[in-house]
Amino acid sequence: MRNFYLIFKKELRSYFLSPVAYVVICIFLVLAGYFFYTVFATFSMLSFEATQDPLMAKQYNLLNITESVVRPLFGNISIIMLLMMPMLTMRLLAEEKKSGTIELLSTYPVKDLEIITGKFFAAVAVFAVMLALTIPCFILLSILGSPELGVIVSGFVGLLLMGAAFIALGLWTSSLTENQIIAAAFSFGALLIFWMMGFSVNFAGPTLGSILSYVSFLPHLYNFAKGVVDTEDLVYYFNFSVFCLFLTMRTLESKRWRG
Amino acid sequence: MIEVEGVTKRYGTARGIENVSFKVEKGEILGFLGPNGAGKTTMMRILTCYFPPTSGKARVAGYDVFEDSLEVRRRIGYLPENVPLYTDMPVTAYLEFVGKIKGVGSKEIKNRVAKVMDDCGITHVSTKYIRDLSKGYRQRVGLAQALINDPEVLILDEPTIGLDPRQIIDIRQLIKNLAGRRTVILSTHILPEVSMICQRVIIINEGKVIAVDTPDNLMRQLQSSAQIVLLVRGPQEEVAQKLGMVKGVKGVTKKASGGYNGDTYIVEAMKNVDIRKDLAMIIVNNHWDLLEMRPVSMSLEDIFIKLVTDEETATH
Repeated sequence: MRNFYLIFKKELRSYFLSPVAYVVICIFLVLAGYFFYTVFATFSMLSFEATQDPLMAKQYNLLNITESVVRPLFGNISIIMLLMMPMLTMRLLAEEKKSGTIELLSTYPVKDLEIITGKFFAAVAVFAVMLALTIPCFILLSILGSPELGVIVSGFVGLLLMGAAFIALGLWTSSLTENQIIAAAFSFGALLIFWMMGFSVNFAGPTLGSILSYVSFLPHLYNFAKGVVDTEDLVYYFNFSVFCLFLTMRTLESKRWRG
Repeated sequence: MIEVEGVTKRYGTARGIENVSFKVEKGEILGFLGPNGAGKTTMMRILTCYFPPTSGKARVAGYDVFEDSLEVRRRIGYLPENVPLYTDMPVTAYLEFVGKIKGVGSKEIKNRVAKVMDDCGITHVSTKYIRDLSKGYRQRVGLAQALINDPEVLILDEPTIGLDPRQIIDIRQLIKNLAGRRTVILSTHILPEVSMICQRVIIINEGKVIAVDTPDNLMRQLQSSAQIVLLVRGPQEEVAQKLGMVKGVKGVTKKASGGYNGDTYIVEAMKNVDIRKDLAMIIVNNHWDLLEMRPVSMSLEDIFIKLVTDEETATH
């Protein structure tokens, strides 16, 4: 536990001592802010038009701030995550391998599990900070309108869990290579595949379709963004993360055996 | 303290080391000597639990490197060849991190860090980032991190490589000072270093141990004949002939002629026979001028080259 905390602290420190965390967080926030603005501006424009035109109002009679702003915003944030998370995770193990520090680290009395979980949770912590900094958007939203608080909270839980899954996958790809670019490319590609699997659900046939929709990232996030916290989705993200961490452990171990 | 029995390590089908066995007693400084790619680093990585051996047993401080790897790792300090440090950390923070992870209590950590920084002479750079340090100082920080948990066994892979002569002397002195309480294994391909620091040497080539002994013994054993260099002023052929007749002389070769400054002869004598007195007598009796006489002792370099080439001719 002590070793886990030490690795965690060291990783967190190196995130914030290097420009990595700042740059990633900053770009993430700029994009999130822009998406917030467009989604919100579209919504207010449509609402304004609806007040002018009763016919239109009928057409948009489902128009409410939770459905039209909060949910799409969570969807948009998850897309930014898709792009930014590989940047956050690519260095975690690849850099240690490249610079050789992994050699010293693995001759210290620490278990692989402690190294991996320490690094994993450090990246999760950076991501949590990143996510927390989008809260002002939602505060602004509650001042200007009245979105449902429950949906916002469950949406954040969903994003955090999905982010953790992304990080676990990124950590694994980072353990496969000593080249950070390869780690990032691999992790981005894998994330995108898992993302888009949901798209082929409609034409994949009933059996494969249901498997794909269970394996894909998106359907699970939709539930959270709707305000539904289902154990199925919790278990999905949890399993995904644990499985990737397990793969990372195996990768480190096999490197050890092969020398 | 360290027992290695029949350790073999293969990388796929490529050879790492083969059937290596040796023992190191507590408090000993052992030198690993070998050309590049001989398997020195492989042996060290096995002892430091970086990877397990393909076969064979290695025990450090009484614990098996594979079965009780964590116990071994608690008791060693390791300095890898290229000194991989977290360059984005300041020296003090780095050493505190390593100390804590190696199990130094949070109460003692400050004192421990101060102590090793003092020992390694890096106190005045303690607040600098490691990336801003020169190679020599990084080496010292590397040594400091190895020492931070006051390990029983210290394993140093080419500790003086890439340093300037002054730093080399400092580091060697430091390593010598560390010995006594600790068992030290260091690898090097710089031969004088071994005779200077180590009490015992293991010469390793192409993954196999080809000699284990003290540097002095190695030199003595391998000197099959003693050579003496003579600088004599006199008629060349006669000198060579008369010297060759001295009892115990195996051969005389004239090396260089310097005219009035004398000619250089190399006299090869049988082992364990002192012929210097007889040589001097002959020269003086013939009224030649003896300008210089000195024995040539085989350096560790010669021994090393001899061993390595003997090994190669034997196997090929």
